[in-house]
Amino acid sequence: MSEPLRGVIVSHAAIAQALVSAVTVITGIDGALVPISNEGCDNDALGERLRQAVGERPAVLFVDLPGGSCLTNSIRYAKQHADIAVVTGVNLAMLLDFVFNREIPPAEAARRAVEAGAKAIRVTAA
Amino acid sequence: MSIALFRIDDRLIHGQVVVGWGQPLDCTFIVLVDDEVRESDWEQDLYRMGVPPHIEIIFASVTEAAERLPAWEADARVGILLVPDIDTAVALVAKSDRVKRLNVGGIHHRAGRTERLRFVYLTDDERAKLRQLAAGGVDVTAQDVPTARPIPLGEFA
Repeated sequence: MSEPLRGVIVSHAAIAQALVSAVTVITGIDGALVPISNEGCDNDALGERLRQAVGERPAVLFVDLPGGSCLTNSIRYAKQHADIAVVTGVNLAMLLDFVFNREIPPAEAARRAVEAGAKAIRVTAA
Repeated sequence: MSIALFRIDDRLIHGQVVVGWGQPLDCTFIVLVDDEVRESDWEQDLYRMGVPPHIEIIFASVTEAAERLPAWEADARVGILLVPDIDTAVALVAKSDRVKRLNVGGIHHRAGRTERLRFVYLTDDERAKLRQLAAGGVDVTAQDVPTARPIPLGEFA
């Protein structure tokens, strides 16, 4: 691939911005992720924010909830554009994996992110 | 109780509706009244993804909704009826006298609209239509989530 994948985090309120900040603090990688909030958006406005964030590059959209306007608009966007994959249930662990593995197709990056994110969810010993 | 909430919300089915209202109301069906969505299998699939399996979604045109409102009101389950905009609400009220109250839950910024509340932006024409609905006997209030105060029409339109 000529250009690394872009990750776009689509969330309620300020979750996306906070996740981007956390990834940058932990990895030092800046610019791999773009935050979008649905705050104040109807469906058309959120679609426009997605268009501006994704640009013309292949991308993975990381959505906070497996339902709701962030997801429905992300899927609507992905259906209308090539090389876009959508993942729900975004967490920090999957983003940390993603930013180091962006030279692969979006669908593969999405599967990889889901595996990394799922592994991070566990009950720990007291 | 049958249709516990008649709501205008331009996002239609989203977290505030399904979780914010759906859980305290113990809602188990949502009626989505939108002529365009009614004709699109793809859009319907999209909205189905946004609700847990115990909630049924019924997609209806304005005409179908007017016809079926008595049956939904007789349903033993608790339901929420959603319309995407004020024009659809006006059309439904014109075809059915069953809509006695209307919750303005989310009308976001667009060109020509001005902010009336944090979650309600209206054009002058939309304000006039809401007032007409109220003059016709519909109790119109704005309230994004159940824990918020229902704001009377006179305070925002």
